[in-house]
Amino acid sequence: MIRYLLARLLTFLPTFLGVTLISFAFIRVLPGDPIIVMAGERGLTEERYAELVRQFGFDQPLPVQFWNYLTGVLQGDLGTSYVTKRPVWDEFFSLFPATLELSICAMIFAVGIGLPAGVIAAVNRGKLFDRALMSTALVGYSMPIFWWALLMIIVFSGNLGWTPVSGRIDLLYFFDSVTGFMLIDSALSGQNGAFTSAVRHLILPTIVLGTIPLAVIARQTRSAMLEVLSEDYIRTARAKGLSPLRINGMHALRNAMIPVITVIGLSVGTLLAGAILTETIFSWPGIGKWMVDSIYRRDYPVVQGGLLLIASMVMIVNLTVDILYGLINPKIRARK
Amino acid sequence: MSHPPFSGPTRRGRCRASPGPERQDATEAASGQNRYTIKIQREITMKFRTLMATAGVVALLGAGAASAQTLVYCSEGSPEGFDPALYTAGTTFDASSHPVYNRLMEFETGTTNVVPGLAESVEASEDGLEYTFKLRQGVKFHSNDIFTPTRDFNADDVIFTFERQRLDDHPYNKVSGGTWEYFDGMSMPDLIKSIEKVDDYTVKFVLNRPEAPFIANMAMDFASIQSAEYADAMMAAGTPEMLNQKPIGTGPFQFVAYQKDAVIRYQKNADYWKDGLPKVDNLVFAITPDASVRYQKLKAGECHIMPYPNPADIQAMKDDEGINVLEQEGLNVGYLAYNTTQPPFDNAKVRKALNMAIDKQAIIDVVFQGAGQIAKNPIPPTMWSYNDAVEDDAYDPEAAKAMLAEEGVSDLSMKIWAMPVQRPYNPNARRMAELMQEDFAKVGVDVEIVSYEWGEYLSRSRELNRDGAVLLGWTGDNGDPDNFLAVLLGCDGVENSNRAQWCHQPFEDLIQKAKVTTDQAERTKLYEEAQVVFKEQAPWATIAHSVVFMPVRPEVEGYKVHPLGGHIFTEVGLAE
Repeated sequence: MIRYLLARLLTFLPTFLGVTLISFAFIRVLPGDPIIVMAGERGLTEERYAELVRQFGFDQPLPVQFWNYLTGVLQGDLGTSYVTKRPVWDEFFSLFPATLELSICAMIFAVGIGLPAGVIAAVNRGKLFDRALMSTALVGYSMPIFWWALLMIIVFSGNLGWTPVSGRIDLLYFFDSVTGFMLIDSALSGQNGAFTSAVRHLILPTIVLGTIPLAVIARQTRSAMLEVLSEDYIRTARAKGLSPLRINGMHALRNAMIPVITVIGLSVGTLLAGAILTETIFSWPGIGKWMVDSIYRRDYPVVQGGLLLIASMVMIVNLTVDILYGLINPKIRARK
Repeated sequence: MSHPPFSGPTRRGRCRASPGPERQDATEAASGQNRYTIKIQREITMKFRTLMATAGVVALLGAGAASAQTLVYCSEGSPEGFDPALYTAGTTFDASSHPVYNRLMEFETGTTNVVPGLAESVEASEDGLEYTFKLRQGVKFHSNDIFTPTRDFNADDVIFTFERQRLDDHPYNKVSGGTWEYFDGMSMPDLIKSIEKVDDYTVKFVLNRPEAPFIANMAMDFASIQSAEYADAMMAAGTPEMLNQKPIGTGPFQFVAYQKDAVIRYQKNADYWKDGLPKVDNLVFAITPDASVRYQKLKAGECHIMPYPNPADIQAMKDDEGINVLEQEGLNVGYLAYNTTQPPFDNAKVRKALNMAIDKQAIIDVVFQGAGQIAKNPIPPTMWSYNDAVEDDAYDPEAAKAMLAEEGVSDLSMKIWAMPVQRPYNPNARRMAELMQEDFAKVGVDVEIVSYEWGEYLSRSRELNRDGAVLLGWTGDNGDPDNFLAVLLGCDGVENSNRAQWCHQPFEDLIQKAKVTTDQAERTKLYEEAQVVFKEQAPWATIAHSVVFMPVRPEVEGYKVHPLGGHIFTEVGLAE
């Protein structure tokens, strides 16, 4: 198991380097000169332009710029935002808990509903429930997040008034952040109703962000289950007279979990991408919105640092998934 | 909304005069540090107080009568920081210069008139080279958990505010990146020769050349007065960036807390120097970037005021009894600039004929969806000296055709440049160019529409021998006509912000004279005349001024739409 872990960790390195290079290159291949774009209608003098070029380090050759960036990254220095003048690292970690909290809730929502729904659909293959579920999943999968979020807000917040429109907690509550997770902080604050308010604010964004992963997980679980259910050992189990619960729950589901976990792992990327739109609409102060703003403002250090950190998160999740494979299926760890 | 303000042709040989009077000596700085130990205790009380103030006070909207009032503003984005001199975006100014700070001069909310602020009066010398400001006495700075002022506002604060932006060797010149874009953009380094402290309550600015708009510049956001005492204390504590993170000013509201991308909290400055203001006890910015979501929040009573509604929602808002929609023309202009150096566009009659071929009403209806007003002058109607007597070129394709024929122009083909970005003065340049293409086709002029990436567009459109007419616009900085007429149409702006490349001596003489005249009545006359010359010569087709809509809830009292674009809550109250 240790060897397996080490082998996985080794593959981590080139990926990390690649991501550093891509995040560095990405913003530089965007068309246009960021300084002129920043200056807008007013333009700027040549001297001022030269001063800014020097200040941002654009006067150095690209390989030198990249080398400086890379050495900085390896020392844990991601640079300082041009706009807020604060270290990218600090900004990221003050905002990341909000994204993480939302993503975890969305994932729990997606797995909590998607997994059982997929299993039930597979067991009832071809029946009404199966068909209804699969067509709903298709709709959910194709749902444009922006539209879906606004629809939810208009119906549940606007017309019915059940949930708040946006934000993380009611403006009535004001306390210092301890963990950055609003659910925990609000409970710790001891203020009456703060926790409930935080939960109410989480409902719509969780549903919106969880919709696509939910659809994917339900579909994937169903097809993986169907495959396993047609295996010989399932027939044997049936022949032995085991209860359907035991067959489906223990023998089939466990073996169907490998592709499902893969999909769940991959959904983390989808979640972070979806978080960009979800956070913008629900005024959720997370890294998605932060990244979008910094692309508009051409804040190079934030864009490349943010990309790198987000990519690292996805890589860590993938690594975790790999380790989980090993735990679930002994054949995988034995192969390595 | 946000415009980095590099103004046209600034020559930036900064004048580096004497470093200015020393602001504080070492002993004072040291005693400042001693104060911090005491302040740790204060910090706890402050935090508690703030907590109580906000938690206890933020009466839920619509919860009926409340002892303390909280005004909630659904702002459109996060501020970049809280030191307005470092930034140029309106969103940042809304959160910093308007609530937290004051300036020597102020714009009267709702107008472009300049009135005294922290200066009680200002006097210009005969030659227009010296401005002496008499400062208001007894004005208190805010305090926070790391700082409590020991003295009132005085001349040292004024000197600090400007010298840190002006002098390269000032200890605060490089703090927080030290990009003083607006100060530089308004050519202040060139303009100011020296700033002198005459006594504790008198400051004299000496200029290198007479410039009347200087007074209006002193009311701009970059001129927000900082506390020199706070700056010294923070420098001594090794945290000079606190000026940008925990702002201290003299303004109507005191900064309490900011959670990035979520909420900004302010409380009333109980010692505010204007009696009876501000009217509410707490001010909260609920940061809500999506316009549709802001609308839903306003409807649900989660905020009282929202900026920048979707044009498509405005009719529904007007029909809603729970929402009042305030409106005003924005301080901007969208235009089509011909290249007046290239034939046949060097002929004023040809330009005039083309202007007559444009159906502006159709543009307002289609491109602005009604949220615009036809522009006849190069300056907006909310600006002083706007000449309402000027008559716009009537839309008349037949007459235009005849005029072109008279000038011997036939089979003309031209390019129209369409901006790739959305701006308040032009929400959809592509569509606007297409409408013009149809209009010009009716008078026998063939139009090709071109566009470039925004940075490219801005630099290429400056070129003197540029091929084609350019769609562009401008948003005012200081409410002074000079800021439009000289920057956009003056001879200095050719190959730069003067996209028409138009240098017309009679016009130039008028605006140059107005620039050095201090008497506003006289300046008004000169600018009115300049607008007449502009209309005759037609270097641009003036197209539209945007209309700004501000949806507010009915309980909001005294909100005024501000022509300079800021959202200001000092005089806003809430009906019980």
